Amino acid sequence: MSDRGVVWLGSPSFPEAARTALADQQLRTNLRRATTTIRDKRLAVAAELDDWEELRTAAEAIKRRTARHLDRYLLQLEEAVIAAGGSVHWAGDAAEANRIVAALIQATGEREVVKIKSMATQEIGLNEALAREGITAYETDLAELIVQLGEDRPSHILVPAIHKNRTEIRDLFAAEMAHWGEPAPEGLSDDPRELAEAARRHLRKKFLAAKVAVSGANFAVADTGTVTVVESEGNGRMCLSLPETLITVMGIEKVVPTWSDLEVFLQLLPRSSTGERMNPYTSTWTGVTEGDGPSQFHLVLLDNGRTDTLADTVGRQVLACIRCSACLNVCPVFERTGGHAYGSVYPGPIGAVLTPQLVGVEQAASLPFASTLCGACYDACPVKIDIPEVLAHLRAEVVEAKRHALSPEALAMKAAATVLDSPRLLSAAQKAASLGGRVLAREGRIGRLPGPLHGWSDTRDSPAPPAESFRTWWRKNREGTP
Amino acid sequence: MSSRETVLARIRGALADVPAEEGPEHVAVERAYRRSHLEPGQDPVELFAERVADYRATVHRAAPEDVPAVIARALTERGVSRLALPSGFPAELLPSGSRQWQPEPLTVPELDALDGSVTLAAVGIAVTGTIVLDAGPGQGRRALSLVPDYHLCVIRAEQIADDLPDALARLDPARPLTFISGPSATSDIELDRVEGVHGPRTLDVVIVEQSVEQS
Repeated sequence: MSDRGVVWLGSPSFPEAARTALADQQLRTNLRRATTTIRDKRLAVAAELDDWEELRTAAEAIKRRTARHLDRYLLQLEEAVIAAGGSVHWAGDAAEANRIVAALIQATGEREVVKIKSMATQEIGLNEALAREGITAYETDLAELIVQLGEDRPSHILVPAIHKNRTEIRDLFAAEMAHWGEPAPEGLSDDPRELAEAARRHLRKKFLAAKVAVSGANFAVADTGTVTVVESEGNGRMCLSLPETLITVMGIEKVVPTWSDLEVFLQLLPRSSTGERMNPYTSTWTGVTEGDGPSQFHLVLLDNGRTDTLADTVGRQVLACIRCSACLNVCPVFERTGGHAYGSVYPGPIGAVLTPQLVGVEQAASLPFASTLCGACYDACPVKIDIPEVLAHLRAEVVEAKRHALSPEALAMKAAATVLDSPRLLSAAQKAASLGGRVLAREGRIGRLPGPLHGWSDTRDSPAPPAESFRTWWRKNREGTP
Repeated sequence: MSSRETVLARIRGALADVPAEEGPEHVAVERAYRRSHLEPGQDPVELFAERVADYRATVHRAAPEDVPAVIARALTERGVSRLALPSGFPAELLPSGSRQWQPEPLTVPELDALDGSVTLAAVGIAVTGTIVLDAGPGQGRRALSLVPDYHLCVIRAEQIADDLPDALARLDPARPLTFISGPSATSDIELDRVEGVHGPRTLDVVIVEQSVEQS
């Protein structure tokens, strides 16, 4: 975890991680098939709405209005949630959010919770934090279950286990389910239908017995206090309506001003995300309802770097993101490297602009460069985040940050300047280069350089230095002659 | 300073570029999008039926007097005989026969032991093929349409809104709402769509046509 609490960040950096991913032929095949499929479905359903551009424009404006008056909307949301019987908690960073959630669970006396797939809780590493407190969090989304059973990492915002194929999933279920609860049935095949059935049986008892659930939120409406979760499988509905206590962790940027604003986002999100007119299930709730659903509702409002992002007048537009993942599926870089290479729970183009802002550019300096700036992500974004603009802006910040902490290239240039200033040093350096260069060279060319200089040599071969420098030759043959 | 005050102070500091006199209403939101994506002359009920079926739910259309018979036929076809019955479900819609109707209140394990449930709906949305339940009379708690593996939902034609904006305006956000667009589904394994993971794997929708006097 980085200092600021975004999990598994920055090791290794994007270029290194991408090189490993690119060598994985199976991964590239899986990814290409997945991204192409979702991309085509999205285009078809977006094209059904001839006012798609007007919807995007409205969404962008609603998000801009919200961001510019965020304090006011959060206070309004807080008031409405409390009035409806819920509680509201504020968390400055990941550690604080995790402490709040752990304490709320401990107060119920429970040691197990069921969870709905949520980017915010992944971002803060909630499951790991709860495990340290002796609380087990069960992921109930099928893809998240696959990731959890495999002690793996999600690789896509919408379909976190897209890097795994059916056979790998079958083997994982057969080997791991028994350690977590209901074992996989004997002779389980790799048919997705059978695998989904195994997941259903595995989680059924957990749902029916769970006293506490943890969720994220897709939207929260300031004027009514209504919280929304959008999903497909029904695991969300199970968590939202069967347990006695519901704890929702949401980034402060998820608030929208009014109930009717959802008419814009509920049209844009499913079409952009899964390429459906509507996702199978959307749940909305306002506080608690007597006789239906949890009797305790806690809303945790999470900052964790969002206010720093808000302070950047170019970068703040990234807070409009509704986590649809459309930008991932159109990105030529993501399609080839997959999500793990980004080293963050937020991969792809949105990850390249969101992660460095949440953790500070110096922590994720390679991510703003993980893009061709082709602009496909901007076209696909349903809330019109100008990702290329933010990428270019963050690149400038990375360069600025590097001026203060000298890079290997800068150190080399500084050394070169000193040497070139002095004939004596230059002569010595040339002698050394001649010796060293010939040691490194193969057939008169220098290939890969050792140490930090490999970044330069990786993409080009250089001729080996001559055995004798011009100055040496001159001194030997011409000096003293008229 | 509490975390609440800290976060609020950070937000206000971050928004130093926003003029103090600016209110939310000063940030223009142009709503040039359509209120409805229904084509002129298009029948919302027709479109609703088509779009619900597109999610691989089964759609039945029935005149008011035929509803019990249509429900009976659907239940027989699915082999569903033990059902949860929400309070307020109209007795005149219930088919006769040897089915077991379990009225509320039911515990979750009792619900889990049943084959299915029948409910009414609050609102339908034609363009997206969505039914919305608001836990009102005849719809029951959210668990009722969730835990059993089969859900049959009866919706009256006049409850079907053209599109999402109109539907949201008809709904009360203070109630717990469930928007249902087809049966439970997942595409998490190689993007291969599978109907049914945790919610009902089978969804039957009965549209009650408007009678001549009503229209």
